[in-house]
Amino acid sequence: MKPISRRTLIATGLTAVAGASGLAAAGRIARRYGLVPPDCRGVYGAGETLTYAAHRLITGNSMAREFPRSMISPKPFMNEVYPLGDNFKKLQAGAFSDWKLTVDGMVAHPTTFSLADLRSMPRHSQITEVVCEEGWSYVAEWIGTPLSEVLRETGALPQARYVAYFSFQPDWWESIDMADANHPQTFLTMGMNDGDLPVGFGGPLRLRVPRQLGYKSVKYVTRLTVTDSMKHFGKGLGSASPEGGYAWFAGI
Amino acid sequence: MEAPRHTLLVRVTHWLTVISFVALLVTGFEIVVSHPRFYWGETGNVNMKPLFTIPIPSSRDTVPTGYSYVMPDQNGWSRYLHFESAWVLVLTGLVYGAVSLLNGHFRRNLFPEPGQRTLGAHLKRIGQYLRRTPPGPEEATSYNALQRTTYLFVIFVMFPLVILTGLALSPSFNSAFPFVVNLLGGRQSARTMHFFLTWALVLFFVVHVVMIAVSGFWRRMRGMTTGRTDPAPELVMKEGV
Repeated sequence: MKPISRRTLIATGLTAVAGASGLAAAGRIARRYGLVPPDCRGVYGAGETLTYAAHRLITGNSMAREFPRSMISPKPFMNEVYPLGDNFKKLQAGAFSDWKLTVDGMVAHPTTFSLADLRSMPRHSQITEVVCEEGWSYVAEWIGTPLSEVLRETGALPQARYVAYFSFQPDWWESIDMADANHPQTFLTMGMNDGDLPVGFGGPLRLRVPRQLGYKSVKYVTRLTVTDSMKHFGKGLGSASPEGGYAWFAGI
Repeated sequence: MEAPRHTLLVRVTHWLTVISFVALLVTGFEIVVSHPRFYWGETGNVNMKPLFTIPIPSSRDTVPTGYSYVMPDQNGWSRYLHFESAWVLVLTGLVYGAVSLLNGHFRRNLFPEPGQRTLGAHLKRIGQYLRRTPPGPEEATSYNALQRTTYLFVIFVMFPLVILTGLALSPSFNSAFPFVVNLLGGRQSARTMHFFLTWALVLFFVVHVVMIAVSGFWRRMRGMTTGRTDPAPELVMKEGV
C-alpha cells in the first residue's frame, strides 16, 4: 500500500472539518425553519428529518388531490373500531348533543365548542382519499369546518408551532405542525358523503389531515391544544404514534 | 502500475446501493405483509375485489387471508427503515450519477461502444453466454454489449421508476406533484407497479450474483471492494509454465 502523503492528510482533514461544520450549520438552519420533526432522534432520526424537511420544502401550500363525485368509493372501509365504552354510548344516545371540543394552550380565548357551535361555522366539503399506512385506501366526501377557522376564532398565538389533538379513546393522540393545521383541507369533520359522519369513520368529530396517512386523521376528537413545543406531551416524540414505533410525520 | 478494476466512487456507491437495496427489500416485504392484496386504479381495500392476492397470512386481522392466525406487526420500524434506506439509495444514486456524467464513466464504461449498438451484437453475446463460450481478453477490463445495456437500463429506467412509484404512494408528495400518480393510473396502480418493479430488480440482483459466481466470486468481490483484481488463476498457471 502506498504511504499517505501529507497533502492527502491535510486535504482529508479539511474536508472532514468542512463536512462536520456544514452538517452542524444545516442542523441549525433546519431547526430555525421548523424542518426538524419531534421524533428526530435515534437510529431512524436522520431519515425522518430528511423526509419531513424535504416534504415541507416541496409541498408548501399544495392541495391534496380532490376527486370527482363519481370516484367516491361505494363501500369505504372503516377499519377496526375498538370498544368506545359506556360514556361514549351515553353521548351517542343523546345524538352527541353533549359532545364537547375543548381548545386550549397558546390561544387568546380558550373555548369549549359543542357540535352545534362548530356547525354554525363556515361549512366546507372535499372529496379526498384516505390512505392507510398498511396500503389500502378509499375516496369519500368529507364535510366540516376547517381547523384554521377554529384557530382564528380562539386566537392562536403567533408563536404556536403545533396543534396537538386528543381522541375520546385514551391512548390516541396526535399533533401536526402549523403548515398542516392552517391548511385549507385540514377539517374538523362532522359529515361524510352527504350524511352525518358515522361512528365507524370517526363520528361525531374527526380531524381530517388529507396530506398525511390515515392514522393522523384521529377519530372522536375531544380536545385541541395549541403549543410551541411537543416536549411535554407524552414522551416528547410528538404524538402517540412514535411511542408505538410509527413516524410522527406521516406524509409518506 | 495496473489501473484499478473499479474507481473508488464506483466501489463505495456500489456497496451503499447493495446495503440500502437489501434493507428496502426486507422492510418492503414487511410492509406488504400488513396488506398482501393488490389493486389497479386509484383506490383499493378489503371491501373491493383485488387484482391479485399473495397467499400469505397478514399482520392485520382486518385482512381476510384464509389463515387463522395473524403475523406480528413489524410495520413501525419497517416503515422508518424503508424511508431511511430510500434516502441512502437516492443520495448515493445522485452522487454516482452526477460524478459519472462529469468524469465520463457512463460514456466510457457503460454506453455501448460503436460495434455494440445493434440488436445483433446483443443477441450474439446472449448466444455466447448460452454456449458458455469463454469471454475474450477485452472483457477482462471492459463490459460487453449486454452488460452495458443492462446496467444502463437498471440505472436509468428501473431505479428511477421504482423510486417514482414509491413516491406516488405518499399523500404529501402527491399533493405537490399530482401528475406523477395520475400518470401512473392512480395510487393503487402505482403500488402494484412498485411491487413488480421490485421483483424485476430482484431478478437483476439474482442474475448479477450468479454471473459473478460463475466468473469467480471472490476475485470479483475483491475487484469491487479493493479495486484490484489478481489475474485469473488459469492465466497465472500458463504464465508460470
